Amino acid sequence: MTLLARLLLGLMLTVTAAAAFAADFPALPKARGGDCVAAAPVMRRDHADMLKHQRDDTLRRGIRGVKASLKDCVACHSTDGADAKPVPITAPGQFCQTCHAYVAAKPDCFECHATTTGAAP
Amino acid sequence: MTEVSRRHLLLASGAVLITRAAQARAPGEAASPSQRWGLLIDTAKCDSGCTACIDGCKAEMGLTGHDRPLTDAQYIRKLTVKDPMDGNTHFLPVMCQHCAKPACVDVCPTGASMKRADGIVLVDRHICIGCRYCMMACPYKARSFTHEEQSGQKPHLPRGKGTVEGCTLCVHRIDAGGQPACVEACATKGKGAMLFGDLKDPGSTIARRVAAEATTRIRADLGLGPAVRYQGI
Repeated sequence: MTLLARLLLGLMLTVTAAAAFAADFPALPKARGGDCVAAAPVMRRDHADMLKHQRDDTLRRGIRGVKASLKDCVACHSTDGADAKPVPITAPGQFCQTCHAYVAAKPDCFECHATTTGAAP
Repeated sequence: MTEVSRRHLLLASGAVLITRAAQARAPGEAASPSQRWGLLIDTAKCDSGCTACIDGCKAEMGLTGHDRPLTDAQYIRKLTVKDPMDGNTHFLPVMCQHCAKPACVDVCPTGASMKRADGIVLVDRHICIGCRYCMMACPYKARSFTHEEQSGQKPHLPRGKGTVEGCTLCVHRIDAGGQPACVEACATKGKGAMLFGDLKDPGSTIARRVAAEATTRIRADLGLGPAVRYQGI
């Protein structure tokens, strides 16, 4: 009986471990510009805090032209489609959407903010 | 040794003051309470049929409607005022008056309705809960509510469903050293009825005209201290 329980437990653990390795980090579209404002591990962890701090500084105090800017994120990380038109950064396979889908987080930024650099209709 | 005269020193400092008002702030510099942005509107030059300022505003801000005039976003309204005594009519654009003591800021329960250091009244949509108290409090009907989900916003004007919005005095242009889109449209397509500038800068055209000529604030009796002045009504 004990042997059977151990066998089952071992089997379950193997399945769980296999599932954890199944979801590889998704491939992201290449950015237009050069280096980002900070190293990738810092950006992955802190970009939301950087943007939240910056939004208050920019809107409420009128501070512009500093490091973290959602507009600059979109400008650098958005891509053009096959028809040379800008693709919304929230579209499947795009920079923001890909990573947020991977971590199952829904960014609300783009309910208001522009998803492309250009003046979309 | 060259001696700088008192006169030259004063002239030079004046020149710095004038150019500063038209220049963009340095990156990282906050809006300054030493400035107070305002408009002076000459109703004698404002025609009944002209909608240059409204069209310019909608194009700049990416405001699209749903053919519902009562609820579509409008940052500028064109009003017709009539003197009941003699029946004479005048036309004037009314936008957010960027009050010194804004009623919308007083009533906002979250602090979303706010006044920047340089007097520009804005909605912080990040914390706006869409209660619309500000719309009821504003005596100028300057604010609109976004009823529908939005797409294709302009990068300089984020706007979305469930929040209140209004004229920003084109804060993105002012911060870059420009002037509001309505003023530009009125100058190029209209009759140049609108003047933009810093009311606190004694050297600016608007401050000099406000000091020298009789101007009115609409509903001045409320004591809100609008930064938009009218001439000819």
